[in-house]
Amino acid sequence: MAKTVRRSSNRSGKRSKMQEAHDSFVFARYFFMVAIVAFIVLLTGFIITLGPLDISVAEAYRALLSRAYPSSFQVDPLTERVVWNIRFPRIVGGILAGFGLGVCGCVMQAVLKNPLASPFTLGISSGAQFGIAVAAVLGVSVFGGPYLLIGNAFLFALLCSAFIIGLASVKGATSETLILAGIAINYFFSAMSQLFRYFADDEQLRLMVSWGMGDLAAFSWSKITILFGVFAVCIPLLMLKAWDLNIMTSGDETAKSIGVNAERVRVYVLLISSLVVATVVCFTGTIAFIGLVAPHMARMILGGDHRFLIPASGILGASVLVAADGVAMNLIAPTVIPTGIMTSVVGVPFFMYLMLKGRRKEFWT
Amino acid sequence: MMIQLQAKGIVFGYNSSPILKDVSFEIGPSRLVTIVGPNGSGKSTLIKCIDRILAPERGSILIDRKEVTKMDRLEIAKNLSYVPQSSARTFSSNVFDTVLMGRRPHIGWLSSSDDEERVWEVLRLLGIEELAMSGFAELSGGQQQKVLIARALVQETKVMLLDEPTSNLDIWHQLDVMNIVSDLVKKRRMTVLMALHDLNLASKYSHGIIMMKRGRIMAAGDPASVLTPENIEAIYNVEVAVRSQSEEPFIVPIRQIKPNGSGSKPGGRFFTSGKRRSRLPRSIAEIKEIRLS
Repeated sequence: MAKTVRRSSNRSGKRSKMQEAHDSFVFARYFFMVAIVAFIVLLTGFIITLGPLDISVAEAYRALLSRAYPSSFQVDPLTERVVWNIRFPRIVGGILAGFGLGVCGCVMQAVLKNPLASPFTLGISSGAQFGIAVAAVLGVSVFGGPYLLIGNAFLFALLCSAFIIGLASVKGATSETLILAGIAINYFFSAMSQLFRYFADDEQLRLMVSWGMGDLAAFSWSKITILFGVFAVCIPLLMLKAWDLNIMTSGDETAKSIGVNAERVRVYVLLISSLVVATVVCFTGTIAFIGLVAPHMARMILGGDHRFLIPASGILGASVLVAADGVAMNLIAPTVIPTGIMTSVVGVPFFMYLMLKGRRKEFWT
Repeated sequence: MMIQLQAKGIVFGYNSSPILKDVSFEIGPSRLVTIVGPNGSGKSTLIKCIDRILAPERGSILIDRKEVTKMDRLEIAKNLSYVPQSSARTFSSNVFDTVLMGRRPHIGWLSSSDDEERVWEVLRLLGIEELAMSGFAELSGGQQQKVLIARALVQETKVMLLDEPTSNLDIWHQLDVMNIVSDLVKKRRMTVLMALHDLNLASKYSHGIIMMKRGRIMAAGDPASVLTPENIEAIYNVEVAVRSQSEEPFIVPIRQIKPNGSGSKPGGRFFTSGKRRSRLPRSIAEIKEIRLS
């Protein structure tokens, strides 16, 4: 790609102090992205070691690499099976789910111009919860077999999104309208789920409650493949709109004046992110905290450029979810605490710390 | 005669209440034209209709004789830039990133060094390079206004629209912003159309003034011909004295005039009866064909 590079810009031919400060900031952005990816790789190696079977960090990495390079990396078959069939799918599922929720929270906050927007506050999770309630109590589902619950959660999550997107398409609907509608949907489906709980027997109740708490235990390689397939299509489509999202945080009027069709981008982003969220929550249940907070963490560290912010929100979301799951599994082992509870317990103090220490006094205004 | 910006019969309304009623004008290149008028007269709405932020019900807008209504958003943004009154941002970003947004119509997903260099040039031109890494939300009103002008400037358009750019600024910053805009017109040969409340600023800096009331253009021309006591009294219901200050009209407000014809002094204790002014003087009856070239 041949581009005219005019790096030296003032009359003396030297870059000014401000330009150098900006260069350092851009470098810091890239460095941070690389650092959090490295962190997640290290975290994966560490969390694999946690569990009833004693596995060292070196063994964990050897086991992971043994399938790709069987001649170079060898571990005993039991370790290999535990790593590949039990511990690694859960971690990969956690990384994908955290990534998806972080990315979707980030883009939803941008198009709705609201720091409180997230898959949870838009009512998508409570829609999925209601879908579970319908399947558990009434036994009514779009799919049978292993996808009895998942199919319903997916469908109802999409139904909620369709309502919000339908509202967004109405001329004159503001982002505040959409947030309020999301909150209303949240209350409505929560109330409906409560109603179903009231009439549920013990087994149905257990099913509903455990799904509502959010858990990564359900991940298998087949589910991960589905999730990965959806992400491979949807995340690049969201990344394509990074510039438009940068501009839309300045308001629809400004966005239009700089060439962004704000209404169309809002519907586009909500449509794709809803598909991602519905796919994630139907596998994991309600994990509320990640989609709200990961984007704020990324924004505090990286600033407002969505070309960096979208992937960083995803990777931070993945890190928090995987770390929280590691703690959830091992804090009072052998009892496993539901991941959804632990994400909030681990994430909120960290978020509060960032808010109080924040490099920027006002990261949203 | 060259025409840079032309509006023909623009009609706009919310629901059934009309805001702009058949507004037409022509502006030549390298002109600074100001729209003045009371609150609710349609100044900001007109500016937004020209930039297609609002879609007029009828009428056409031409830039260099090209029809704006037939352009897509990106093409409009390459021809017209817009500086809003203020930019209430949900999430703060630094000044450099805020200004770089203005390059959106010209770039793909990646910004090139050339785009970044244009941003630095504009920041230097407006004297705000040292603010490049500051958060937009941390800036004063005057600094924010300059950043918004910088963002519009990097769009590299021939026509710039500004919506009351001085409304939240102290007198020093008002002059600062107006001097910047005036320089752009002179040195970059831009055409600027701005809505403004301050008649004296409009008088000092404009080549032409459009005076609006209730969605119609009531007077237009050079400052001396538009900013007359009769016009101001009829449009604003304010009695003024107009003095000449280095050939520009200088307006001194004297008192309000009640729409029913009675006048009041500030404090409102003494009322004096005034002439009935329910009808506009003939000299400023609605004007349809305006050329400010």
